[in-house]
Amino acid sequence: MNSIKFLYAAYIATWLIHGLYIGSLVRRYGRLRQQMKDLGRGK
Amino acid sequence: MKRAFPILAVLTALLLVYAFYQALWVAPTDALQGEVYRIIYYHVPSAWTAFLLFFINFIASVQYLANARPSTARAARWIVIAIGIIGFVAPFIPQVKQQLPTGMYPSSVATTFLIITGLYFVIGKYFVDQDLDVLAVTTAEVGVVFCSIVLVTGPIWARPVWGIWWAPGDIRLTSTLVLWLIYVSYLVLRRFSDSAQTQKLAAVLAVFGALDVPLVYFSIWFFRTQHPQPVIGGGGSMDPRMLHVLLISWMAFLCFAFLVCWSRYRLENLRRKVEEAEALESLLEPAGLAGPSSAVKTPLSRGSK
Repeated sequence: MNSIKFLYAAYIATWLIHGLYIGSLVRRYGRLRQQMKDLGRGK
Repeated sequence: MKRAFPILAVLTALLLVYAFYQALWVAPTDALQGEVYRIIYYHVPSAWTAFLLFFINFIASVQYLANARPSTARAARWIVIAIGIIGFVAPFIPQVKQQLPTGMYPSSVATTFLIITGLYFVIGKYFVDQDLDVLAVTTAEVGVVFCSIVLVTGPIWARPVWGIWWAPGDIRLTSTLVLWLIYVSYLVLRRFSDSAQTQKLAAVLAVFGALDVPLVYFSIWFFRTQHPQPVIGGGGSMDPRMLHVLLISWMAFLCFAFLVCWSRYRLENLRRKVEEAEALESLLEPAGLAGPSSAVKTPLSRGSK
């Protein structure tokens, strides 16, 4: 009966890892866009 | 192409939901393991996807190194053709056929070699010079994500089934961990090395790292291990309904991996353009040439598209 917890844990862990990675991609993309804007302004 | 991304994202999301539904409610319950066996629908497709990504990383790295000179590029092409022909024909030779482990079909070995050769030329056709390096770093990073999932879901599955989280000394488990460590070190090298040779060093590391992929895959055939036998091509007796769901799940994860790789590939290209623009600006600044109307804007306007 308890084994169902392990099943849920595995599925949650999978999407947590994917979510964290996609989050890191979005953050990096945002940072690059900002850098581009700063450079584009010509300072 | 940009317009295709949201459409593909929606289709992939639907496929993932469908695979999730199939995995939890449609696939039959395992007689021995009960419900917990359903971890297979995330664990195995993640492993296959990670292997595929590391393999693409290997091909991209080989091509990146080989393309340094036209003569080596030509030699590499002929070597790959030779490997493809030998790998396609050899499994059907009776002496070789006898040496294949039980459950490994000559046709599947031959097809694998054919795919390897084909993939080499397809990648070579669509990716050149720096694109190969961008592809290599993209597939390595996304591959590490999928490999991390394998290493996390594996112990979660092992605990209720084997009674332990990890089987120390088990070759399948250890070689998978080593594979993950190799590609993490590959990413660390790329992240923190400032040398002009970083790309070449990373490509060499990737070529050697990829040697661990067949070791991981074939370890359950050649060594005694606690890990179960392969579900496909290993003479396993998986219920066809379970196999069907497993393939749907893999398809969904492949589509998802493709989209993530696509995003990461664009991100890497953007990063390089920003670096290029910054370098150009730092060169022009001392001469007082930098400004809104200067040449610095050219790479930026290209990068923002």
